[in-house]
Amino acid sequence: MENISEIDELTTEKKYSRSSLYKDAWRRLRRNKLAMLGLAIVIILILIAIFAPLIAPYDPIERIKKDSSLSPGKAYFFGTDLLGRDIFSRVIYGSRISIEVGIVAVGISVVIGLFFGALSGYFGGISDIAIMRMADIFFAFPYILGAIAIMTVLGPGIVNIFIAIGILGWASFARIFRGSILSIKNKEYIEAARALGANNYRIITKHIFPNSMAPIIVYATMNVGVAIIVEAALSFLGLGVQPPTPSWGKMLAESLDYIDIAPWMMLFPGLAIVITVLGFVLLGDGLRDAFDPKLK
Amino acid sequence: MDISKNNKILEVKNLKTFFYTDAGVVKAVDGISFDLKFGETLGIVGETGSGKSVTALSILRLIPQPPGKIVDGEILFDGKDLLKVSNRELQNYRGNRISMIFQDPMTSLNPVYTIGNQIMESITIHRKLKKKDIIKESLKLLEMVEIPEPMKRLNNYPHEFSGGMRQRVMIAMAIANSPSILIADEPTTALDVTIQAQILELMESVKIKTNSSIIIITHDLGVVAKYASRVMVMYAGKPVEFSTVNNIFYRPLHPYTMGLMESITRLDEEKKEELKPIKGSPPSLMDLPEGCIFRVRCKYAIDKCRKKYPPLIEAIKGHKVACHRAYEFLKGNLKNID
Repeated sequence: MENISEIDELTTEKKYSRSSLYKDAWRRLRRNKLAMLGLAIVIILILIAIFAPLIAPYDPIERIKKDSSLSPGKAYFFGTDLLGRDIFSRVIYGSRISIEVGIVAVGISVVIGLFFGALSGYFGGISDIAIMRMADIFFAFPYILGAIAIMTVLGPGIVNIFIAIGILGWASFARIFRGSILSIKNKEYIEAARALGANNYRIITKHIFPNSMAPIIVYATMNVGVAIIVEAALSFLGLGVQPPTPSWGKMLAESLDYIDIAPWMMLFPGLAIVITVLGFVLLGDGLRDAFDPKLK
Repeated sequence: MDISKNNKILEVKNLKTFFYTDAGVVKAVDGISFDLKFGETLGIVGETGSGKSVTALSILRLIPQPPGKIVDGEILFDGKDLLKVSNRELQNYRGNRISMIFQDPMTSLNPVYTIGNQIMESITIHRKLKKKDIIKESLKLLEMVEIPEPMKRLNNYPHEFSGGMRQRVMIAMAIANSPSILIADEPTTALDVTIQAQILELMESVKIKTNSSIIIITHDLGVVAKYASRVMVMYAGKPVEFSTVNNIFYRPLHPYTMGLMESITRLDEEKKEELKPIKGSPPSLMDLPEGCIFRVRCKYAIDKCRKKYPPLIEAIKGHKVACHRAYEFLKGNLKNID
């Protein structure tokens, strides 16, 4: 028997809940250059969103009349819009809306989806049938159309965007989670845990969750990109964020009539959307490969 | 514990576990009765699909439900019917008073946790101890199952272990709370022969150290012959013969058991004969023949076998058999015909 001090060391130093699955995944992700590019884009974007006031040279809603519709130059990197607002500053501030919507809305989808997915997959029976038919109804709506319908009812505004996108996304998460629970719940180690006297709560949280989170993480990451596009679309249609708050979608909408005379008004917010979505999709794609042990 | 009265730790009476599928009712276990004495090793043998594992899972009510259901019977542990207690109460029995060891150690451990974590979990589910004590307990358990360098091994993941080592971990988890009964469902099927012997020896020594009884479920008659004191032979969900190892191996009274004995190599017999397989295959559990379930494959079948199912009766003391012609075998009136 080893001595007590060694045991003490063991208790304090080692975290037993560390999982090799995630460590392995991180190791594989690091080797994937495109995924790391995606991760870099995402991290930089989040930093930009957080430190927007420090980065932006102008107030994004301040109108400087004499400088209206200037093309990109020294004073204004990305030019100015019709009302004389600095486009660079607006794009910087616009990242806040996009990141917020992306993360909060997907977060709502994940929470609802996991709850119903767990209910459906683990307990089965009538709850499974009811939840999956509900999911089918949600799948029947085209995403954007559904979002437009909900926004029309709730009215425009950032909180309502969270709700609309969040509610529309739950069905996919519920299905994915249900699927991975079904494949895991009949594994022998679940039966073994039950034979050891573990209750349902412990089995779901300690044994099923860690083994089925990988596809959820992958899908959530990719879905952030989708949510950002939907927010941009809603704002473009005038159903989302209201002026003068800067939003990339709204900026596109405002520049629509001036494509031929002031293309920069459209170019920069458009580029911002493309790069952001690309970042999340690359990261999600890399995560999918990283979580797949067959690619070891 | 109230074992002094009849020396029985577990009594299963007329257990029936059916599975309700779209194609019909599968009578996986149909009227099993047996008892387990304190400190003994009981073997349950039978071929694939004879209901051995379902019997084991039924004892702890681990049958997936639906489609499975325990429709009848009693499982008396320490005088308490496990089929009548609440789910919550049952969780106190699982892994604490009665433990299970599963067939495939490669899939029975959760791949995302260290084995230390999993052994500790089996302790914390049932006992409130300080973290330091839990680790000490775990080290003791790993030592008991003869895993070298337990300190280091505690932080390893299941994939860093071989099959035999994993089965040792499973045993450590099963005995973590010193259970009275250890149910081993084909514990060595997934292991190679040398490891099989080690694991079985280990279970035997663990049984003695922890004062428990073992139910060993297997299709390996060799395992039963060496480790069990009594054996129940199952066929198509029903018990066909239940007696001591000696009786089963040297004086079988049921044609199925006789067939089993003829189909294995015996090193103790002078005359070397060709192995004789039992002709045919077991019946579908959804559509059992009327009368005796074994009659279609039985060379001694008579008219009576077609009409009535022979009940499991005590032909002589300590030897139960379900055959109409058992007495004829007993008296030696029936010679082995071919």
